[in-house]
Amino acid sequence: MAKELKTLDEVTIRFAGDSGDGMQLTGTQFTNTVASLGADLSTLPDYPAEIRAPAGTKYGVSGFQIKFGSTDILTPGDLCDVLVAMNPAALVTNLKILRDGGTIIVNEDAFTEKNLRLAHLHSNPLEDGSLAKFIVHSIAISKMTANALEDMNLSTRLVDKTKNFFALGLMYWMYNRPIDQSIRFIQEKFAGKDPEVAESNIRVLRAGYNFGDTTEVFTTRYDVKPAHLAPGKYRNVMGNVATALGLAAAAHKAGLQLFLGSYPITPASDILHELSKMKEYGVKTFQAEDEIAAICSAIGAAYAGALAATTTSGPGLALKTEALGLAIMLELPLVVVNVQRGGPSTGLPTKTEQADLLQAVVGRNGEAPLCVIAAATPADCFNTVYEAARLAVKFMTPVICLTDGYLGNGAEPWRIPNVDDLPAIPVAFAKDPATFHPYSRDPKTLARPWAIPGTPGLEHRIGGLEKADITGNISYDPDNHHHMIKLRAEKIERIADDIPLQDVEGEKSGDLLVVGWGSTYGSIKSAVSNARERGLSVSQAHLRYINPFPRNLGEVLRRYKQILVPEINNGQLIMLLRAKYLVPAVGFNVIKGLPLPADEIESRIDELLGGTNG
Amino acid sequence: MAETMDTAPVKLGIKDFQSDQDVRWCPGCGDYSILAQVQRVFPEFQHRKENYVAVSGIGCSSRFPYYLDIYGLHGIHGRAPAIASGVKLTNPDLDVWVATGDGDGLSIGGNHMIHTLRRNLNIKVLLFNNQIYGLTKGQYSPTSQLGQITKSTPVGVIDAPFIPVSLALGAGATLVARTMDRDPKHLQEMVRRAEHHHGSAFVEIYQNCNVFNDGAFFLFTEKDTRDDHVLYLEHGKPLVFGKNKQKGIRLKGGTPEAVDISSGPFSVNDLLVHNEQDSTLAFILANMIHNPELPRPMGVFLALNRPTYEEQMQQQIAKAKSKKGEGNLQKLLDGDETWMIS
Repeated sequence: MAKELKTLDEVTIRFAGDSGDGMQLTGTQFTNTVASLGADLSTLPDYPAEIRAPAGTKYGVSGFQIKFGSTDILTPGDLCDVLVAMNPAALVTNLKILRDGGTIIVNEDAFTEKNLRLAHLHSNPLEDGSLAKFIVHSIAISKMTANALEDMNLSTRLVDKTKNFFALGLMYWMYNRPIDQSIRFIQEKFAGKDPEVAESNIRVLRAGYNFGDTTEVFTTRYDVKPAHLAPGKYRNVMGNVATALGLAAAAHKAGLQLFLGSYPITPASDILHELSKMKEYGVKTFQAEDEIAAICSAIGAAYAGALAATTTSGPGLALKTEALGLAIMLELPLVVVNVQRGGPSTGLPTKTEQADLLQAVVGRNGEAPLCVIAAATPADCFNTVYEAARLAVKFMTPVICLTDGYLGNGAEPWRIPNVDDLPAIPVAFAKDPATFHPYSRDPKTLARPWAIPGTPGLEHRIGGLEKADITGNISYDPDNHHHMIKLRAEKIERIADDIPLQDVEGEKSGDLLVVGWGSTYGSIKSAVSNARERGLSVSQAHLRYINPFPRNLGEVLRRYKQILVPEINNGQLIMLLRAKYLVPAVGFNVIKGLPLPADEIESRIDELLGGTNG
Repeated sequence: MAETMDTAPVKLGIKDFQSDQDVRWCPGCGDYSILAQVQRVFPEFQHRKENYVAVSGIGCSSRFPYYLDIYGLHGIHGRAPAIASGVKLTNPDLDVWVATGDGDGLSIGGNHMIHTLRRNLNIKVLLFNNQIYGLTKGQYSPTSQLGQITKSTPVGVIDAPFIPVSLALGAGATLVARTMDRDPKHLQEMVRRAEHHHGSAFVEIYQNCNVFNDGAFFLFTEKDTRDDHVLYLEHGKPLVFGKNKQKGIRLKGGTPEAVDISSGPFSVNDLLVHNEQDSTLAFILANMIHNPELPRPMGVFLALNRPTYEEQMQQQIAKAKSKKGEGNLQKLLDGDETWMIS
């Protein structure tokens, strides 16, 4: 039977199953294939903190959402068009984000009495009519997987572990994507060590694809054309990978060795994993005994002349606090990456949040200013951490680079920069004993000299005790302390002379400016674009630089009648903006461990402008 | 950096290692002796001054780097081993020393201490043990003795002390030694042993705090008692002590006991012979502290030759480079799957 091929501008799919069902792998594979065919995309892995929560339970559900299209894709989507649910728990926990009329593909074999009970269902939703407003495709995924592998004599367990590839194959068919790239992946991953696993996964992937092709259940498949992205060479990149690449690139351009001191923590560990693979680039990674040792080793490395970095998430940043103060006192370059997660305390380790902003900007003992910048999208993690390294070296200061769980694990197509086009990161170590003073300063940046051990004639002592200006000797002098506090603050302020002015997307003045930072960029942009298309006077300013703010920020804010600050926290940027610029900004704060929903931001815009949405 | 560093031997003297800073320890403090012995011995190593780095944490001992005219970093409480690790890994050609105390190194910094030792980074740790918190004015430390009266234990310490040597052995340190501020020759020798050791070295130094814990080690340091209470360990030699070497240590079952070898049933042939490569023996010697009848061993308990962390790290990098070629950054950024949009 001939199947119709319909072209869609964009589509949002969520894969959901048990945390042991391989949903993250399925989602990542689908993403890589979609990306390489030139669609724009955005992903949201959404998984529990437990590695293998009891099978079939609601809290064990792991999800992976991807939105892709031929349009400019800004978010992983507020609502899904398609939900692939591998069991009842995955179905019921995700129904609320499926749009009315959306498509459900379920593994009907998993709808057993036991699984229904585990999902706290009193009746089978496939039979009780509760899914009437959706298009439901109930498919015997487990059975067909088993059939495909019948002659291989595999354990039930292994057969069961393969069924995600059936779903993947089916989705490839449904969205007109080829399966070769995933076959190549399976071969590379398993062929050498476990040919049986490779063979079974490939068979099941094909079975899923062929099922779509032959069954009469599906009459339509869909095509999504490539997006109109700027010309260039692209790859798909996750935020944490982009961060690792940005650090490696910065070290290369600075002519320094890269040292990473880190301690495993969700969701930042992937940066450590990525950098630990880059040995042929001379990257040194040190998995320290704790967060404190991680940053302290990086401080030691910076002292010895490396481009030093430490990567962590919220609770880890809290542990590094005292050492950050030391780095501020020592005035050594240091890049600190905080992949924020839900807090406080252990909070929501696998979920996203923006609640470490104040911790980053002001959370230290004493007057301890440092530079804070934030990435806006997964690929932007590269640019942001690169900029963090550039500023750290130029101003001899620690720089905190904020990303978050959504950015770190999320992915998007990335136009790969040409190494030669990356900004220069000049480094000049002090060499001349005749003119050297440990705490003399560059007249423009106020940076002190970087004098590394091994340099003849520059032997000197530095430490956490207050320094005498210029000599760096220990000083308890009251006037000197006051002077040094002002100097350290002034140095950070002067970074504002080295960064771009704040730009605005939309009109340069008007009724409303929506100000954001970090991973809310896509949601805000989507909301603002929709509102603008409906004729509202609303613009967007998205901050990369949070400490110091761009020089013109106050002036930009004052050009609008109202200011809205959406954040995934209880109002942190807004506190800084109000304190510094005395502007009557209002917040929009949804703190659910998830990206901000664009449609809710849009409603808030409408409320403020007295209009209605749509 | 490592590539440009001059590592040719040089001749220097004590004065080259004295900084221009006034030493601010209390008059009579044992730290003065430790500083003096280090300044005396460092020139022997013939490194250029700029290739030494001293790292410290917080406490009286941690002021040490200020008084040495080399590169110095006075860090935060307990974290010196971690800071030193970053220095050494970045530039393995540097001669990196950590000055720490019983509070800094074994209490707040205990975690960093054990992990640095087990990794076998080529870092030399001098742990000044005075069994008291000096800089905070007299609270008990993790090496203070049971029952000890201090500012924070007015009726006596109730938690059992660490034995620093046992802790270092347990952590897997490859050189573990003990010495005393009031035995300058021996202290110098232990500093030499630390320097020449290939790997992490842990030297516990009994150090008298004459203000808050005066005389804690007098039994071992003073003329009239030391001969009967100190056992000097020498590799390959029987364990003898006493003014006229008339006593020795033998094993009775698994337990060491002191015996007279001048008269009676035992001779020098019955005694334990020290072997620095025997880690079981090292633990036995470290545990002698529990029996007040036994002398206190001083010297090198254990000296093992194991690959250092930093040389293994460099080997992994060299191997990756020889296998995959010097990394090409553009290739790295490109990754495995790219596509063109024109």
